[in-house]
Amino acid sequence: MPDQARTRARTQARTIWQDMQSRGYTRRDFNKLCALLAASAGLEATLLPKVAWALEHKPRPPVLWFHFQECTCCSESFLRASHPLVADILLDNISLDYSQTLQAAAGEQAEAAMRNTMEKYPGQYLMLVEGSIPIEADGVYCCIAGRTALDIVKEAASGAKALVAWGSCASNGCIQAARPNPTGATPLHKIVSGKPIIKVPGCPPIGDIMAAVIVHLLAFDRIPQLDALGRPKAFYSKRVHDTCIRRANYDAGLFVESWDDEGARKGYCLYKMGCRGPTTYNACSVTRWNGGTSYPIQSGHGCIGCSEEKFWDNGPFYQHLPSFPGFGIESTADRIGLVATGVTVAGVAVHAVATNIRKRQEIKGMDAGTQSPEERGK
Amino acid sequence: MSSRIVVDPITRIEGHLRIEAEIKDGRIVDAFSSGTMVRGFELILKGRDPRDAWAFTERACGVCTTVHALASVRCVEDALNIKVPPNAELVRNLMFCAQYLQDHVVHFYHLHALDWVDIVSALEADPKQTSELAQKISRWPKSSVGYFSDLKTRLTGFVESGQLGIFANAYWGHPAYKLPPEVNLIGVAHYLEALEWQKEIVKVHTIFGGKNPHPNYLVGGAPCSFNLDDVGVINAERLAMVGTLFNDAAEFVEQVYLADLMAIAPFYTDWASIGGGLENYMAYGDLPVNGYADVSSFQFPRGVILDRDLSKVHEVDGKDPSQVQEYIPHSWYEYTDGDAAGKHPWVGETKFNYTGPKPPYQQLNVEGKYSWLKTPRWKNRAMEVGPLSRLLVGYASGRKEIQEVVIEALKTLNVPVGALFSTLGRTAARGLETRLIARWAKEFYSQLLDNIRRGDTRTHDATMWDPSTWPAEAKGVGLSEAPRGALAHWIVIKDRKIDNYQLVVPSTWNASPRDAQGQRSAYEEALIGTPVADPKQPLEILRTVHSFDPCIACAVHVYDEHGKTVSRVTVQ
Repeated sequence: MPDQARTRARTQARTIWQDMQSRGYTRRDFNKLCALLAASAGLEATLLPKVAWALEHKPRPPVLWFHFQECTCCSESFLRASHPLVADILLDNISLDYSQTLQAAAGEQAEAAMRNTMEKYPGQYLMLVEGSIPIEADGVYCCIAGRTALDIVKEAASGAKALVAWGSCASNGCIQAARPNPTGATPLHKIVSGKPIIKVPGCPPIGDIMAAVIVHLLAFDRIPQLDALGRPKAFYSKRVHDTCIRRANYDAGLFVESWDDEGARKGYCLYKMGCRGPTTYNACSVTRWNGGTSYPIQSGHGCIGCSEEKFWDNGPFYQHLPSFPGFGIESTADRIGLVATGVTVAGVAVHAVATNIRKRQEIKGMDAGTQSPEERGK
Repeated sequence: MSSRIVVDPITRIEGHLRIEAEIKDGRIVDAFSSGTMVRGFELILKGRDPRDAWAFTERACGVCTTVHALASVRCVEDALNIKVPPNAELVRNLMFCAQYLQDHVVHFYHLHALDWVDIVSALEADPKQTSELAQKISRWPKSSVGYFSDLKTRLTGFVESGQLGIFANAYWGHPAYKLPPEVNLIGVAHYLEALEWQKEIVKVHTIFGGKNPHPNYLVGGAPCSFNLDDVGVINAERLAMVGTLFNDAAEFVEQVYLADLMAIAPFYTDWASIGGGLENYMAYGDLPVNGYADVSSFQFPRGVILDRDLSKVHEVDGKDPSQVQEYIPHSWYEYTDGDAAGKHPWVGETKFNYTGPKPPYQQLNVEGKYSWLKTPRWKNRAMEVGPLSRLLVGYASGRKEIQEVVIEALKTLNVPVGALFSTLGRTAARGLETRLIARWAKEFYSQLLDNIRRGDTRTHDATMWDPSTWPAEAKGVGLSEAPRGALAHWIVIKDRKIDNYQLVVPSTWNASPRDAQGQRSAYEEALIGTPVADPKQPLEILRTVHSFDPCIACAVHVYDEHGKTVSRVTVQ
């Protein structure tokens, strides 16, 4: 970098409102952005002034994005975040100081950029983690710049303000942790303690939700309300099944019995084809994917439950869920007569019960008033 | 006296790649490519339902998402002798095309462009001249003086913000950057526009497969159903959206991507004689027009070119045990019958054997094992795979359409055919095939509409869906072309479960360590002779390595038949 630019690079960081002004946006545009951000973060309109204040006064927070055992689907999904202005804001208004996917610098220069941020902003940078961390064989199954992922995580987390576990890999180990987990793939929360960790599971998570989590952190300088598993309540407190586009068919007992049969061509329920919607907590059937275009069930394939822990080991994907003791409308499933056979599905049933209990706690939690984010973050 | 430089991490790629290079008199004299992460995919697949394999293997890579799912359903269908309906082939082709369009554009602008485009230099651009230049090279509407003036203001503000983010600490001002400020400013403009556009074309995946990344596939066909009289499935509205997305994509590819490629390339013709590397090229071919079983109908033909001899195309057979084999003399694995053996994927075998230095380390022991990638060979020869190989095999096979785009580009750039065998040639080939893909996508789309018009709405063949109909034992191969090159999955099914599953992927061909004979693979060979002006600034190394579009998570996996056993998938 030429000296001149280097000097300029040391000048005071600017706020989002200042940035927008310099790009020709009006105050009206700014207010619209605030409303959009607030809406995408699931906030009440009364909180709008707080959003505006935050964007007007804060410089871009430094962010370090790490890749460990992963396939980069989370980064790719993040790039699919659909509101263009928000995408601009994310590019321009967090300072993404380390990203193996997008960073211009490589090797020593990339490592130096990371180190610079860690030294300059102790306790202030956000640490985003994509991928699990292998702990077998002293961590040699994932090395970057000659260091193990384990070593890097521990060092970087110690100075981070908060951490985000992107996707199922960082949240629960995902595919490499599926049996027999040959490399000892381990999720972030089992390695880092004493720091708030926001889990955003999914393989990958929906891009708009990833963006919304960042927006929330950026605008409010605190973590969103999390459920008992550490996931943002806004996006993981409802089952895909609850708001599924094919739900009416489920309730009416209209099921796809075979791929591309008459039922499939009428958009019937995919429960019998193995759909995991009834046991999967995610926003797919509300937010949908890729700018609201569709989601797996809408497009004809069952949900594989990719945001749930151990979903790879939860029975073959096309083996349908057993009938499970739920409440309310789910009892319909019993009457429809989906009788589970043998022990192979017992685990799925246990999982289903567990998710229902979780659901019940969730509802109770909402009734009783929610915990503060700080408490949740612990 | 040579000196060793290490670039780790190589950024703007997928996965974890480390390059160590020996430099003498300002040029690379030897190079070592190492994949530094492993997950153990094939071991995890053992014992599972073959119909689930697409979902597992798709997670090999989220950048070239879908391609492993496609290779996977094909290998299972090959093993079980399933022929999918024409509409399913077309849906797969359309998803394939959407993947290439998104992936190649993102590679060019977000993973590769910063090797050629100097962002800081763009601050010196004159918006008026930039506008005139932009309008000369393309009819893309975002080209006014005001547009570039605003962008320059925005960029200046970004640099002055003091937080350069992803552009911090890079190689701006390096003498190897040759573009005038105005071309750099166009590059920055399209970097940002491409970032917005790429999220549109993938909606083709979302429509047919429910999401992107990682859309859904299905053994026996496509998971979506067609019904023009229902709102909840693929109907006229959904199909119209697909058509619009491909029309917009064709416009973006021609007016932005190809226009920029052809505007930037003339400043870097010295790179048409750097980075050639291997002289053998392989493509499995893809995009069947008459079904996957009819290889002659593929838009990208199958074959091997040896010693850059374009007068002959050699046949490739994924089932011939003597053709594709994997070696491990420099890979952190061991074979039961010794490290010198080569193994066809159906009998593939691996066991972790890390012999590298204890982390943290400064250098790898390149005399011994130094990568988690195995070393695949075709008849014991190292092969380059990827866009250049596809075009060369197509060219040598006499495909008119492919020959035309290649000849036209060579003429425009005023370079000989030999210029293709280079870093620049590889980057240009990627753009040229994107042009073809954009055209072919429209043809596939028309065929799909024709089928529906004729009343054929079938998307799945369910005759072999039920595992009780399967033979006790079956073997299959699924060949495809990932954006990064030849991709194949091999499966052995026993008692309705996966007994062995092997993936041999493009970046394994290209990024692998050398073999027992000391033959380098594509990255290592291509780096030989690459100039390095300043060993502390590895810009030139990035150019050649990025020209392959590395994808390392795909490239590393392991199957272990002698390690821990996987019990059958019973949930307890």
